[in-house]
Amino acid sequence: MEAYLTLFVSAAIVNNFVLTRFLGLCIFFGVSKKLDASAGMGVAVTAVITLSSMLAWAVYNFILVPFELVFLKTIVFVILIASFVQLLEIVIKKMAPALYGMWGIYLLLIATNCVVLGVPLINAESEFTFMYSVVNALGSGTGFALALVIMASLREKLDYADVPKSLRGLGVAFILAGMLALSFLGFSGMISM
Amino acid sequence: MKNSLWKVFSKGIIEENPILVLALSLCPALAVTSGVDTGLTMGLTVMFVITANNVVVSLIRHLVNPKVRVAVYVTSIATIVTLAELTLEAFAPMLYKALGIYLALVVVFAIILARAEVFASKNKLFPSFLDGLGMGVGFTLAMVAISVIREILGNGTILGFQIFGEGYNAPLIMILPAGAFVLIGYMVGAVNLHLQRKERKMKERDA
Repeated sequence: MEAYLTLFVSAAIVNNFVLTRFLGLCIFFGVSKKLDASAGMGVAVTAVITLSSMLAWAVYNFILVPFELVFLKTIVFVILIASFVQLLEIVIKKMAPALYGMWGIYLLLIATNCVVLGVPLINAESEFTFMYSVVNALGSGTGFALALVIMASLREKLDYADVPKSLRGLGVAFILAGMLALSFLGFSGMISM
Repeated sequence: MKNSLWKVFSKGIIEENPILVLALSLCPALAVTSGVDTGLTMGLTVMFVITANNVVVSLIRHLVNPKVRVAVYVTSIATIVTLAELTLEAFAPMLYKALGIYLALVVVFAIILARAEVFASKNKLFPSFLDGLGMGVGFTLAMVAISVIREILGNGTILGFQIFGEGYNAPLIMILPAGAFVLIGYMVGAVNLHLQRKERKMKERDA
């Protein structure tokens, strides 16, 4: 149990996906302008990462490894995740239209995204067991959501600041992310994996 | 005609620079630019993938059903990336190791899919090739610029050679994530400043 908790904290905070591993930056800078949108995105990403990690784990360990096709893992994972997200979209649209109305638009953005592909690849490379993969995915998703929400609340405040014209928008968002990364640096060394 | 082809090639270098202006494919720009060797390798890899993919997409553009186009493009990109991965693993195992997971993640770089969708699926072979090459060059130049600054400031070296001598007390922050974010923020600002000045000059000329 303790090992799972360590892995979770490590994935969520110490090795935060956005701020120390630089994954999912497109979404991070694209969606973090509004707080409610980024909360929705955070939840959607966590759910998709967890589900697709389970799927990818099964495919990797039951198909790719026995048939010695490990070198194909990039292709297989990409196609697996893209089609899974598409399927998820259809199912949610049919079963829960209200949920689809809220989060539907995020799903397509997630389909080809570095976080969602990154976690299964890390799981495969670290040879995690099924439970470890799930915990790692949950932790990574939570960390991503956390960074997104912090960033969005900071950027909403930033709208009132007088930023030099050439830095407005993306430029100052990067500098802000740098400050955020600096503060997350305080966690490094807390857990060594 | 010649002029417009040059435009297709050159727009990716500054005006629509994939990293600093379009802000697509940011992950590698931060993750592998702490040294010039990895930054350059990643830039060249992406240049190869984006050009090859543009060519493939342009060749098959009449055969693909629009409903499944994204899946087709992604499969094409993933195949090309796997080729690049295997080649690097065979010929430059050290760099392959240093790039790690980010090499496989070239598959989901938004810029590659975006060029396929926006340009190659609607244009003939040669312009698509040039578009991919131009975007690739812009990407590589940005990667090299970022990694040169980070390696010189953060390590006092360039491609591993000492340039400031032994006594240089390197600010570690440039190698760390925070430094990368802040540096790219200012670079985006610099490119913006350049583009804004250019626009103002154009307006003055018109007036």
